[in-house]
Amino acid sequence: MRRLGPLLIERDPVPSASWVLLVSVGAVVAALIAAAGVFWAFGINPLTAYAAILTGTLNTRAAPEIFRQAVPLLLCGVGLIVAFRAQFWNIGAEGQLLMGAVGATAVALFAPLPAPALIPTMLAAGFLCGALWGVLPAVLRLRLDVNEVITTLMMNYIALFFVGWLIHGPWKGQESFGFAYTDTFPRAAWLPLIGGTRVNWIGLALGVMLAGGLAFLLARTRMGFEIRVLGQNAAAARYAGIDPLRTALGAMMISAGAAGLAGVSEVAGIHHKLLAPDQVSLGYGYAGIIVAWLARGSPLAAILTAVFLGLIYSSGDVVKVSLQMPFRVTDIFNGLILMFLIGSERLLPYRLRWAAERPAGSQAGRDPMVPPRPDTPASRGDGPVRGQEGGR
Amino acid sequence: MIPDWLLTTLVRAFAVGTPLLWAALGEIYAERSGVVNLGVEGMMILGAFFAFAVAHTTGEPVIGLLAAAAAGGVAASLHAFVAVTLRGNQYVSGLALAMLGLGLAGVLGRGWEGIPLENALPEISPLNVMGLLLAAVLWFLLYHTRVGLIIRSTGEFPAAVNTVGTSVTLVRYACVILGGLLAGVAGGFLSVAYRPSWTEGMTGGMGWIAIAIAIFAGWDPLKAVWGALLFGALFFLSFRLQTWIAPEILRMMPFAFTILVLAATARSRHGQAAPDALGIPYESEQR
Repeated sequence: MRRLGPLLIERDPVPSASWVLLVSVGAVVAALIAAAGVFWAFGINPLTAYAAILTGTLNTRAAPEIFRQAVPLLLCGVGLIVAFRAQFWNIGAEGQLLMGAVGATAVALFAPLPAPALIPTMLAAGFLCGALWGVLPAVLRLRLDVNEVITTLMMNYIALFFVGWLIHGPWKGQESFGFAYTDTFPRAAWLPLIGGTRVNWIGLALGVMLAGGLAFLLARTRMGFEIRVLGQNAAAARYAGIDPLRTALGAMMISAGAAGLAGVSEVAGIHHKLLAPDQVSLGYGYAGIIVAWLARGSPLAAILTAVFLGLIYSSGDVVKVSLQMPFRVTDIFNGLILMFLIGSERLLPYRLRWAAERPAGSQAGRDPMVPPRPDTPASRGDGPVRGQEGGR
Repeated sequence: MIPDWLLTTLVRAFAVGTPLLWAALGEIYAERSGVVNLGVEGMMILGAFFAFAVAHTTGEPVIGLLAAAAAGGVAASLHAFVAVTLRGNQYVSGLALAMLGLGLAGVLGRGWEGIPLENALPEISPLNVMGLLLAAVLWFLLYHTRVGLIIRSTGEFPAAVNTVGTSVTLVRYACVILGGLLAGVAGGFLSVAYRPSWTEGMTGGMGWIAIAIAIFAGWDPLKAVWGALLFGALFFLSFRLQTWIAPEILRMMPFAFTILVLAATARSRHGQAAPDALGIPYESEQR
């Protein structure tokens, strides 16, 4: 316990929600202050830049764009939460998203289906293709102890080149001159948009439903329980008779399938064709990691954090158009936000209290002088926690 | 006699393998001290950009490489601060560093694309041979000196290192920053020697493959030489075979092969397992 002016700093192994929120917001603000250096390097007053971003994104005409970006971010993010809760480091949402887009494209262009069946089949195919893309890393990790961070990343690159091959080769469209992309989907395969915006409501509804459904799954079902136990203590899970392969595979397939849905939502809602991988996804699979981390493992909180990341993404357009800077600035925002979030987690097991309030140590039930057990972050059970997965 | 095509392949594999080797050697040291740094791709691309920009401005590719090392080192110290001092999650911090590096290099590098580099280094230069020497030196240092013993112990059982009065924090900082310097040079090699130009995203996933090489080399600097050569050959072949096979399929090859090699060597690596304390922040007993 330490004194800081009129405040006391105490240990608190179970931080309150408001403290977590305060620390998270502080980290994001600190990251944006650090990012100001980039604007400064371009000779733009950072205050002018942020003012331009705020007025450029938060107006009635541009605001729907935040939600348009939030849809794929939410779908990727909620899925990642499930994988992270099982302590499975799925960094492959980007590739799973692309494979979902491939699955949807295959159905839209080649399946001889009646029009009303088209969209449901595309969603199913996208989920399935994404989920299957997650199977190999999961099996390799659980059977051979191969680090999943590396394998899921490699799968991203494989998916990226696979999409590139499809659009340059077998699926190259009739009307594509110069740029490579497939034929345009039939109208029946277009996801309906909310009037006047680029937000497709099916993707949005799926994201919100998935957030609710997965929150229920994690909190109330046997499978959710098994995922949480596996994530907190793999040895205990095995002792309790939980099959690690089946559980992690299940978590991974949900996670990868959700990212696949994001791919469907992008190609069927926005582009209406399969095109270059860096146009299908603007790095949503990687940004989904931030959505999940910022949500601290809560699928419902991911709805809010996805909207926030959507704001960051839509600020990329503003930066490009009104400040003449590259869209890539969003990567700097993303990297810094994630970096500051990780750094600030050190503050979570503490809390601030007015020194004058009461003498220290007199609260019932908790001795502030007792340091938390080293595994406290894990036993807190609120999701993505420190990597205690040392072995690989 | 060695046929011509084989010789060409070997020489080119050596050239492409050089950046992989430098980056993998750096990662091996970081991980030996117990810190995973997944930011290699970001450190490499920053190295590539700064090497090119400085080499172009000063006309001295060697100064460019020094700038690349510095950029990699600064980026790595950011990771070290979060992972060692703040004891944050090393995996995520490294990913953040990769995003940040790619973003920064992309933004700063706008306007530098398409400029040719005068007096670039040749593709086969002392740098390639230095990579081999470096591997030998780092191997000797790791296995046959007191410093190496301390580094390995820091990765296996940091409390013991602390007991003999050596700072775990210091060892980890030093190793992570060394990793950054080497990754920076690796990136710089790409932009001032291998392909003397600057293109956004020119590292193209090499950083991740360097991390994989560190793993299946069993964290042994000498074995990393073979890994780098193997993947150098794969990268070279993926350019060379384009006459017969679609380039996209070929470019998948190194990545698919990484998964294959990691899976195939998984069983045999059990003798040479990861450092015990890898990825676990060290909390000293006294607060």
